[in-house]
Amino acid sequence: MTRPAVTVRDVHKSFGKTEVLKGIDLAVPSGSTTCILGPSGSGKSTLLRCIAFLEETTSGIIEIHGEPLGFADTGDGGRTRLPSSEIRKVRARIGMVFQQFNLWPHMTALGNVTEALVTVRKMKRKDANEIGEAQLARVGLSDRGHHYPAELSGGQQQRVAIARALALEPDILLFDEPTSSLDPELTGEVLNVMRELAGGGMTMIVVSHEIGFAASVGDKIVFLDEGKLLLDGPPSEIFATPRHPRLQQFMETYLDRGAATLL
Amino acid sequence: MSMRLFELMLWAAGKTVLLSAVSIMIGLAIGLMICAAKLSPNKLLSIPATLYVSLFRGVPLLVQLLLIYNLLPVLGIMVPSVVAAVAGLSLCTAAYQAENLRGGFQSVPRGLLEAADMVGMSPWKQLTRIRAPIAFRLTLPALVNEAILILKASSLVSVVGVIELTRMAQNLSASSFRPLLFYSVAGAMYLVICWVVAGGGSLAERMLKTGSRA
Ligand SMILES: Nc1ncnc2c1ncn2[C@@H]1O[C@H](COP(=O)(O)OP(=O)(O)OP(=O)(O)O)[C@@H](O)[C@H]1O
Ligand SMILES: [Mg+2]
Repeated sequence: MTRPAVTVRDVHKSFGKTEVLKGIDLAVPSGSTTCILGPSGSGKSTLLRCIAFLEETTSGIIEIHGEPLGFADTGDGGRTRLPSSEIRKVRARIGMVFQQFNLWPHMTALGNVTEALVTVRKMKRKDANEIGEAQLARVGLSDRGHHYPAELSGGQQQRVAIARALALEPDILLFDEPTSSLDPELTGEVLNVMRELAGGGMTMIVVSHEIGFAASVGDKIVFLDEGKLLLDGPPSEIFATPRHPRLQQFMETYLDRGAATLL
Repeated sequence: MSMRLFELMLWAAGKTVLLSAVSIMIGLAIGLMICAAKLSPNKLLSIPATLYVSLFRGVPLLVQLLLIYNLLPVLGIMVPSVVAAVAGLSLCTAAYQAENLRGGFQSVPRGLLEAADMVGMSPWKQLTRIRAPIAFRLTLPALVNEAILILKASSLVSVVGVIELTRMAQNLSASSFRPLLFYSVAGAMYLVICWVVAGGGSLAERMLKTGSRA
């Protein structure tokens, strides 16, 4: 058995007095795609942000390829905060794609993709540009490198954001509703890029309401409800009827919403 | 108006531009420091910064200029009146610019910084590469506005004996008994200068909006 790419052990997260994650356990095998489904407010983004260390968990341990992220188990039930150099090292293996793209508006597409190569990895501008152009080509945007985010469609912006994450060669890519702010006709181009990445063996954790994508690309489906992992298994199992009532309810709401846009 | 008198007015207009430009620049530098202090979690920095802003925004510029002009000799500091004038203008505009900058820094969407965080940028790199450039773009219209206000407010420094555009028009009016002429010329010169500043500002804004393309 190889070590999972991401291990989440009994993770709790509270904002003030409200507990948003109530003891999450999850293992994401290397090279697999895990899709997180769940109603709004169930804690999907919070879980993903904890795995990215954009939020600090209240308790529990998260490991990336067996290395603790942020906090390490002390062995006596407690945990200790790791030095920031350690955190940075582990985190460098993770890339993140946001719902709002979060491209830097004052830099071109190529600038966005190469920024960290130059300022963090200390690469020469020329070498960084080479990598940047290759990554843009990978998401089908080789002719858009010199455009600013404001000059690109939402789907193109999200693909630049994916290229930006890929340029740093992460082992794990996290996606938080990558197509939710896109017009319906633009979701396909982004999902196709993600499908290719999954096919290429990238480890991915995807929060999305795209049930079709989850069912066809996901190796594993996780259903989150009120801060707890209600279901965790392969899509064939999770989506098989009869379904768990909460999932059934969620899917009906989702399908209703989908049908409503057709009218 | 003779050529000679027009040249005097032009010289005075140049002085107004110079006074204002220097004050805006110094004010921007001080404003940045006050903004940083105000955003600091350290109360020893943020409280004095807040006090500074409320003080310099709350007292009329004319009173500030007269205070500084009269205070410096008491402190044993002998400087030409033009230095007192620049000091007064700079300290005042710094308070407004600090507030503008703070607004700009606080309006940088958090997601853009999270994206920078995710690619491993240090807090310093995030500040210099992402936060400050975006904040500056957001602040630019307010900066242009402030520059125009200071250009016009610089007419107040005539009270401490600095000869700039307004004072020159006053002097020439008195000696020629043609106030309407000289004040009209002065007004027109202010107007042209402000147009140039505003035009330059919107050009810069357009260029910065998407980088180099207009
Ligand atoms: N920074 C925060 N401070 C306080 N409460 C928060 C914060 N972030 C999230 N929450 C709360 O945590 C709960 C879960 O939020 P989260 O964003 O993880 O849900 P989600 O499953 O991603 O929902 P959605 O599908 O709407 O994106 C919500 O009730 C939300 O209000
Ligand atoms: Mg969410």
